[in-house]
Amino acid sequence: MESQSKLIVALTSQVGRKYLTGITGVLLVIFIIGHLLGNLQLLDSDPERFNAYAKSLHDFGLLLYIIEIALAGVILLHAFIGIAIFMRKLKARKHGYKVSGQKQGGNGKQSLASRSMIYTGIVLLIFLVVHIAQFRFGPAKETVINNEPAMDLHALVMETFSNIWWVIFYVGVMVLIGFHLRHGIWSALQSLGAMKPRWSKAIHGAALIIGLLLAIGFLVLPIIIYVRQV
Amino acid sequence: MKLSLKIWRQEGPDKEGRLVRYQVEANPHMSFLEMIDVLNEQLIKAGEDPVEFDHDCREGICGSCNMVINGVPHGPLRGTAACQLHMRHYKDGDTIVIEPWLARGFPIIKDLVVDRSAFDRIIAAGGYVSVDTGSAPDANAIPIEKVKSDTAFDYATCIGCGACVAACPNASASLFTASKIAHLALLPQGDAERKTRVVRMVDQMEKEGFGDCSNHGACEVVCPKEIPIDAIAFMRREYMKAVLS
Repeated sequence: MESQSKLIVALTSQVGRKYLTGITGVLLVIFIIGHLLGNLQLLDSDPERFNAYAKSLHDFGLLLYIIEIALAGVILLHAFIGIAIFMRKLKARKHGYKVSGQKQGGNGKQSLASRSMIYTGIVLLIFLVVHIAQFRFGPAKETVINNEPAMDLHALVMETFSNIWWVIFYVGVMVLIGFHLRHGIWSALQSLGAMKPRWSKAIHGAALIIGLLLAIGFLVLPIIIYVRQV
Repeated sequence: MKLSLKIWRQEGPDKEGRLVRYQVEANPHMSFLEMIDVLNEQLIKAGEDPVEFDHDCREGICGSCNMVINGVPHGPLRGTAACQLHMRHYKDGDTIVIEPWLARGFPIIKDLVVDRSAFDRIIAAGGYVSVDTGSAPDANAIPIEKVKSDTAFDYATCIGCGACVAACPNASASLFTASKIAHLALLPQGDAERKTRVVRMVDQMEKEGFGDCSNHGACEVVCPKEIPIDAIAFMRREYMKAVLS
């Protein structure tokens, strides 16, 4: 019992909060890598390829619901701690400096991406509500795969991205995901203490590349789908 | 060289502060603090209140001369304290804005002077070795791996000036606290108390009202001793090891 409460105190401490943000962040990065790989099947000329993939996920049944709820929990915990850290920051320095400046040789790892985590994060949270309503609970038509009824999610995606405004919305949000990941991937690893001093620069650079690749991967999908339908 | 200064003047802890403009004639060979000394002589002669600022050794080892110069703690040069900055880095006619450290954990006492006793309380929470480890010859009798002793020394160079807090967008004291923890944990003398030390110091840092670290790395850039944020990663590993064991 005592060790349990010790762990709770530890996880709510300043170091613990960063560990939780880092762990949930890493889980979410793993999730979106899987999500992107799945979505790339939308590019196949045969709509059945993507629908069959979606059906195979739905066939998980109860397990799928458990995974979805766990994922929602991870997202909410990540967002909750992020907002709590931001609120503490507002208290920790009530009034900012009158002028801002830079040391010779630049500001190191600090960047627009690092300074805008709370804003990109909040946009992503709102985006998720729209995105889930649109595709998880959206008005998908029925189709048949291997003589079994299935949802025609492929058609729903095609229809959504025939609208230029949805394409612009998704591309915009994916750019913000790129910013969030650019600082987030590096920050998660630093938070988990996984850093050897000599890796620091390499991991900071790798975060940029991974963030960029994921953002590009996600944002070209709606563009390609739109262009193919014009 | 003629300079235009805008300095934060605040009569006391609960008073409103503001930037006040002054003109000063400086010599390029002067240090930044000597330039303020010149200004203060002018102010005293004119019967005005001189600008309060902390200073002691004026050679970059005491950590007193805390000021944010044109938005950057300790001014534009890397790896130096404000006292090691010389006026030759400025041009005739420049305007220089000087502000105090701004953080809830460092309340302003007057003008550029802030109360940094929060750092003393973080140290008092565990940043020490309880037993007498002997004098210099005894220290030499304990073999310490070269790389470890060098790394410990790099962290030990922290002068507790607080520039890390001043630069941090979240006003976090993580780099200071982590440097002390890493310095002591790496040495055999500090090893015995490493678990209680890290937990107590992290706890005290939170109580003092400093913000969370968001891994911006702004602290390592302004640190006059150039201590890297690897120290913070070390502190986090150290903390989790202490809690989980």
